[in-house]
Amino acid sequence: MAKYKKHILVCGGSCCKSGNSQQMADTFRSMIFERGLQDEVQVIQTGCFGLCDKGPIVKVMPDNTFYTKVTLNDVSRIMDEHIVGGHKVEDLLFVDPETGNKVENNEKGEFHKKQIRIALRNCGVIDPENINDYIAHDGYIALGDCLTNHTPEEVIEIVSASGLSGRGGAGFPTGKKWASSARAKADQKYVVCNADEGDPGAFMDRSILEGDPHSVLEAMAICGYSIGADKGLIYIRAEYPLAIERLKIAISQAEEMGLLGDNIMGSGFNFHIELRYGAGAFVCGEATALIHSMEGKRGEPTFKPPRTSEKGYNLKPTNVNNVETYANVPAILLKGAEWFSSIGTANSKGTKVFALAGKVNNVGLIEVPMGITLREIIYEIGGGIKDGKKFKAVQTGGPSGGCLTEKHLDIPIDYKSLTQAGSMMGSGGMVIMDESSCMVNIAKFYLDFTVPESCGKCTPCRIGNKRLYEMLDKITKGKATMEDLEHLRNLSVVVKDTALCGLGQSSPNPILSTLDNFWDEYVEHVQDKKCRAGACKDLVRYEINPAICLGCTACARNCPVDAIHGELKKPHTIDQDICIKCGTCYTKCKFNAIRIN
Amino acid sequence: MAKIQTLAELQSLRDKLVAQRAEGEKTPGSVVIKVAYATCGIAAGAKEVLEHMEQKAKELGVNATFVKTGCMGYCYAEPTLEVLIPGRESVVFGYVDEMRADDILTKYVINNEFVEGIIPVNYETID
Ligand SMILES: Cc1cc2nc3c(=O)[nH]c(=O)nc-3n(C[C@H](O)[C@H](O)[C@H](O)COP(=O)(O)O)c2cc1C
Repeated sequence: MAKYKKHILVCGGSCCKSGNSQQMADTFRSMIFERGLQDEVQVIQTGCFGLCDKGPIVKVMPDNTFYTKVTLNDVSRIMDEHIVGGHKVEDLLFVDPETGNKVENNEKGEFHKKQIRIALRNCGVIDPENINDYIAHDGYIALGDCLTNHTPEEVIEIVSASGLSGRGGAGFPTGKKWASSARAKADQKYVVCNADEGDPGAFMDRSILEGDPHSVLEAMAICGYSIGADKGLIYIRAEYPLAIERLKIAISQAEEMGLLGDNIMGSGFNFHIELRYGAGAFVCGEATALIHSMEGKRGEPTFKPPRTSEKGYNLKPTNVNNVETYANVPAILLKGAEWFSSIGTANSKGTKVFALAGKVNNVGLIEVPMGITLREIIYEIGGGIKDGKKFKAVQTGGPSGGCLTEKHLDIPIDYKSLTQAGSMMGSGGMVIMDESSCMVNIAKFYLDFTVPESCGKCTPCRIGNKRLYEMLDKITKGKATMEDLEHLRNLSVVVKDTALCGLGQSSPNPILSTLDNFWDEYVEHVQDKKCRAGACKDLVRYEINPAICLGCTACARNCPVDAIHGELKKPHTIDQDICIKCGTCYTKCKFNAIRIN
Repeated sequence: MAKIQTLAELQSLRDKLVAQRAEGEKTPGSVVIKVAYATCGIAAGAKEVLEHMEQKAKELGVNATFVKTGCMGYCYAEPTLEVLIPGRESVVFGYVDEMRADDILTKYVINNEFVEGIIPVNYETID
């Protein structure tokens, strides 16, 4: 069998494919054949390089030569000058945007990487069920360092200085939260990890727990040391069996080695971690409801103050942080606050993990520095919109967040700018939508989620959300008036202002943001009874084009509700009052006479 | 296992583990195959691919160590795995089914030929 001397890697991502990369690969192959090099040179199509604006991309191995913006005409030059001649094709070389220099040997390949993995640093790298793998990646060194070389105050100082803030949604400064629990005087304190992850479509926390459980355990112990707690609790939904199993393994391995439990590393500090299971209610991710659920009470929120950092679990001071927040902590202590705060923007430091989903080519779990733009995420990491369609909106923050549009693509992502734009950072769900998504329908989808998730304790959330859902339903059915739109906005604001907890205070966000950014779509639904995305079934009309219809009766014979009438060999018509929009006629017509309006 | 008593003890354990691993990575003929083995990867078929590959490696006499890791982040290309071979850059392969798994072993591991499905690593990680 052949042992190749050179490999030509041609990007097979969708963006590069639309730039003819498929044909390039074929051309390379035939040129290799023409030159009799088929035993020495191999052409391989790869996945997306994540550098779509520089595509199509061709990489030559083992030389690590990275060619950008390659056209079909360049193929023969690469072939003859580089592969045969051994000289790199200068003018196609990647230019480092920072130095302006051409990169000859891109061994590290760092320039095109938009992602930085801090919270995910060990995910997919280590064996999560083997503590030695974690230790080989500096595991528990940060904890040991804190216990040996730092006072609790110093640890809090470092966390504060790093600028780390909560990744669970609200973005509260982590150091400040720890300091407040540390100040509280009590005979018992708790460290809680919020692994409820209720946002539909989000799976960052599960991935961290499944891929790197020790980093969360280590951070919880560090937190315990700094606030004076010897007990940690992880509230995790029972729907995450693999994460639970790996956490249990991790806890027992760490205890066995004396890295958790009593007298950790001979320091006299004790820290024990237990799991608490949730039944998967969205509201139980809210810190006070979570604590009540752990206490065995109903998972209902309570009014703040008092804050959980003062009166939390069993009315004792309790520090609640999100999984991803904790996962950052060991890295901060190992590499320093200054390092961490050098990443990100003026008001948001570090990185954020997103579950990138929806209509992009490369859906995935990504970790990006704060300050990156939505455009970079969608087009360079996500590889652009699927099937060459047009971008329409991006939803961040899940049921508490909002939809942003074209005009927001270039704002730097941080807590402040996303909120100003009418959405929020949220816990990390990011759904990309194209033209086929109806924005009214999207708002309805999120309300459909929140209505049954309301715990029912406060009236605005219990009843208000239900009424909001009904109004949206009316709009998507083409039965609403302009007055309804006004009511919709007013009630949204009332629910937001008066609900007891974050659930109700944020559940109207998907409505408000779509009203702001897609007002014309709402109006279309109301006034023209039209859904431009074709997503609202009740507004879709199947019609027969009499100029095309031959009267073959295929549609009429197949219509399950007998909504189609007409004489043989004469154009038929659809009775809109009877039609159930099942689409059968559309698929049965051989003449494309049925159109969807 | 004896409990770790001091930070220094932990550090020397780490150094020992790092050295062991570096040694292993240099040993000619050693192959490490990391399979993204999170809930989603498993749902996409990682378990079947892993079992198949372990069997196949045995048949081929490839001395491969299989490691189950967490999510590598390439949801669009699950199941994914990474192959580490001394003297070569590590390579991530996506869309791995049983057929591609065979190709990876017979072509990439044994013959150092690339096979389709390579996913360029698109992130930086901290050390
Ligand atoms: C309805 C609702 C659901 C929430 N769900 C979660 C969740 O699933 N995970 C989470 O970490 N935080 C969730 N939060 C935020 C928590 O109340 C709290 O702010 C967070 O756990 C604090 O940790 P952090 O500072 O590290 O972000 C939710 C909040 C609300 C109002």
